[in-house]
Amino acid sequence: MAYKVSENGNISTVFLDGEIDMDVTEKAKEIILPLVEAGKEVHINLKDVSYMDSSGISVLIESHQKALEKGTKVIVKDVSKSVLKVIMMAKLEQILNLE
Amino acid sequence: MTLSESKDFVVDSSNLKEVRMFSREVFEKINLPQEQKDELVLAIAEAAQNIVKHAYKGIEETKDKMQIKISLKDSKLEIGFFDKGKPVIPENIQHRKLDDIKPGGLGTFFIKQIMDEAIFKKNQKGWVNHLVLTKTI
Repeated sequence: MAYKVSENGNISTVFLDGEIDMDVTEKAKEIILPLVEAGKEVHINLKDVSYMDSSGISVLIESHQKALEKGTKVIVKDVSKSVLKVIMMAKLEQILNLE
Repeated sequence: MTLSESKDFVVDSSNLKEVRMFSREVFEKINLPQEQKDELVLAIAEAAQNIVKHAYKGIEETKDKMQIKISLKDSKLEIGFFDKGKPVIPENIQHRKLDDIKPGGLGTFFIKQIMDEAIFKKNQKGWVNHLVLTKTI
């Protein structure tokens, strides 16, 4: 998994790239959670994520819940069709902020 | 169509990518919609992940291998998972309730959503756990 972070005011956009599985979830959390902890609005761009399993979904849930605690939000953007299917299988399309 | 392919993988999260690659290569030989192939790859990856995460819980590094066997006979797809980790107690396996939104516990739910049946078989010579996932395709 590769990643890139861009900052624009209080919005941090995390671009993830590749396949998100158990092997990379710790790394994904290390990138995303400190931004949420700092009170940033975090946009997770999944345009280049071709595969995500339950571990990746857990990162999205944890980030979302941490943002609620911190009074900010996480928006999941540009979700590919295959990843959206997994999010919907977990019935999270109404829980996560998807754009 | 009849097909049977198996491959061994060292039990480590870094090999889950290899598990997916193997599964995709096998499913390339089967005439199925891409969406269904993706689902089956996810189910296999989740079951393999469960071996790493649960059967080998607390074991930092191992040289043990797990074996994944994908078989198709007529329209019955059977996927076997063999490992030498801690014995699984099938009665203890539960996916979390979906309205209980929290990280984790989704893998088994995905497997059950995708496959027709998931059962642990006993007395598999040389292995500790033997999970069999089946689906009519």
